[in-house]
Formats: sequence, structure tokens, C-alpha cells
Amino acid sequence: MRKNVKPVVFLMADDDPDDRLLIKEAFQESLISNSIYFVEDGVQLMDYLYKRDRYTHPADAPTPDLILLDLNMPRKDGREALAEIKNDPKLRYIPVVVLTTSKAEEDIMRSYDIGAASYITKPVTFDGLVESIRGLGQYWVQIVRLPVVEKPME
Amino acid sequence: MNRHDLSLTILSAEDDPEDCRLMKEAFHETGLDKQLFFVKDGNTLLQYLHQQGGFSAPANAPRPDLILLDLNLPGKDGREALAEIKSDSNLRSIPVVVLTNSNAEEDILNTYDLGGAGFIVKPGSFEGMVDVVKCLSEYWFNIVELVDKNRL
Repeated sequence: MRKNVKPVVFLMADDDPDDRLLIKEAFQESLISNSIYFVEDGVQLMDYLYKRDRYTHPADAPTPDLILLDLNMPRKDGREALAEIKNDPKLRYIPVVVLTTSKAEEDIMRSYDIGAASYITKPVTFDGLVESIRGLGQYWVQIVRLPVVEKPME
Repeated sequence: MNRHDLSLTILSAEDDPEDCRLMKEAFHETGLDKQLFFVKDGNTLLQYLHQQGGFSAPANAPRPDLILLDLNLPGKDGREALAEIKSDSNLRSIPVVVLTNSNAEEDILNTYDLGGAGFIVKPGSFEGMVDVVKCLSEYWFNIVELVDKNRL
């Protein structure tokens, strides 16, 4: 595994406040010393990525290296947001990992089809969640190289 | 590891025999070496995936759950092969992880732009390869949900 890796900025889109809290705690537990930012639905996610509305200050909304995406969210759901991200040449390089309660085969198939980098079903227990986040962190932070994109505004 | 089933298939496109041997031995450490298949270049990779030529019998060429792709391959290289896989509606749901000697920023960005699900620089040692294969197997086969190919 590589040492001294650059900190990775995670952005999570999830409408459930309990899930956001659990993910935050799982990140702390799994010792991923990286930052995680949250948005609450697909509309906020796109505002964040396009630095619109409340996300105009780069310090509050750094460009994410990886997006964790819930599928079932109000206003704009994860499927729509994923399609928009993967259709935009300026955003499509950001890997999107679906993290959802859905185990539906159709959701798995469709997510990969639209361009999700992976699909993870949220474990029901906190220990399970910590394990999943640890594995996710080992893969995306320790093993994999992510693009270094010029961020002149940050 | 608890979700390993015998129908799991990993397909590696790799032209360097020494790298193939290293990967085979590293996958042996995780008990997955019998599910690891190799092709030597991009054209053969696409033939395998389309079950053409010597790959027409499904037993010889089971549909992969995960593709490990070297970038610098003779004939059709990994970049072209990745672009073809991701623009084919029958193949695009298979995750493709690039495993290469390149660490050029342009290759990294291009891989994700084309729809790659990871970019890994080949470790220089056997121990390093074992670490990579363990982490990769844990992530893709225990944590992630893959498309159930039996239901395609």
C-alpha cells in the first residue's frame, strides 16, 4: 500500500440524517483521515458540484475526489444525479460509488450501466458499516490512484 | 471472505508473462486463482467478451465479473479496449480496473473519464501485489454488489 497518500475529499449525498451521522462515525472509526462533506438530495449535490447557490465558496465545498451516492432521495434522486454527472465532461471523471439500502437487481444493473464505479448495499449494523467504509477507504485511498485535477479556485 | 462463489470470474488483459505469473500467485494467496483468466491484448479481450473465435464456448470464456486491464498492450491497447467496453450496452456494466506500470496523470484522468472503476499502479514487489490483490478482492467481492450475471 502506498504511504503518505494525499487526503481524499469525499462527498456524500444522503437524505437520511441518521445515515449521514452513521457514515460520519464510520469514517472516524475506520481511521480514514480524510474529509467528508454532505449534501441532502440530488439538487443539492448538483449545486455543490457546480458551485452554485450556497456552495459558491470553494473552502466550504471543495471539489470531491469521490462521491458516495444514495439512490432514493427527494427532489432529484440518485439515478438522475448519476446520469447528469456522467453526461457532463467536466464532472464525469469523478468516481461515484452508490451506497444505498436497495438490493434490487435492477438498481444494481442500472447503476453500473449509467456509470457508477461500484455499488454498495448499506450494511444493517454499525459494525458492518464500519467494515464497508474501511474496505472502501483501503481501495479508493490506499490502493487506487485518483485524478489530480487543477483546482485553481481552491 | 464469505461471498466467494465458484461462478466468480476475473479477467485480466496483460501481455507481460512475468506480470501474469505474479498476479496468478497473488490471487492464489486469496484463493481466487482458479477464477482468474488471462488474455494477452486488447483485440483478444474484446473477442473473449463477445465470445468470438476461440471463445465461443461459454465454459472456456465465462463472462467476467471484473476486468483487470493493462494500458500498454500490443495491437489494440487498454485505452481503446476500455472505450469500446464502456460504449457497448452489453458490456458496460462490467467494472474495469486499470492495473498498469504507467503513473501518468493523463492516463489516470483518461481512465476515469472513460468509465474505469479504479487505476492501480502495478506494485514493484510480490508482497505489494499480494496487498493489492487482497484489498481488491475484499472490496469487489465482499463489500461491493456486482451484477448477477446469471440473471442477465
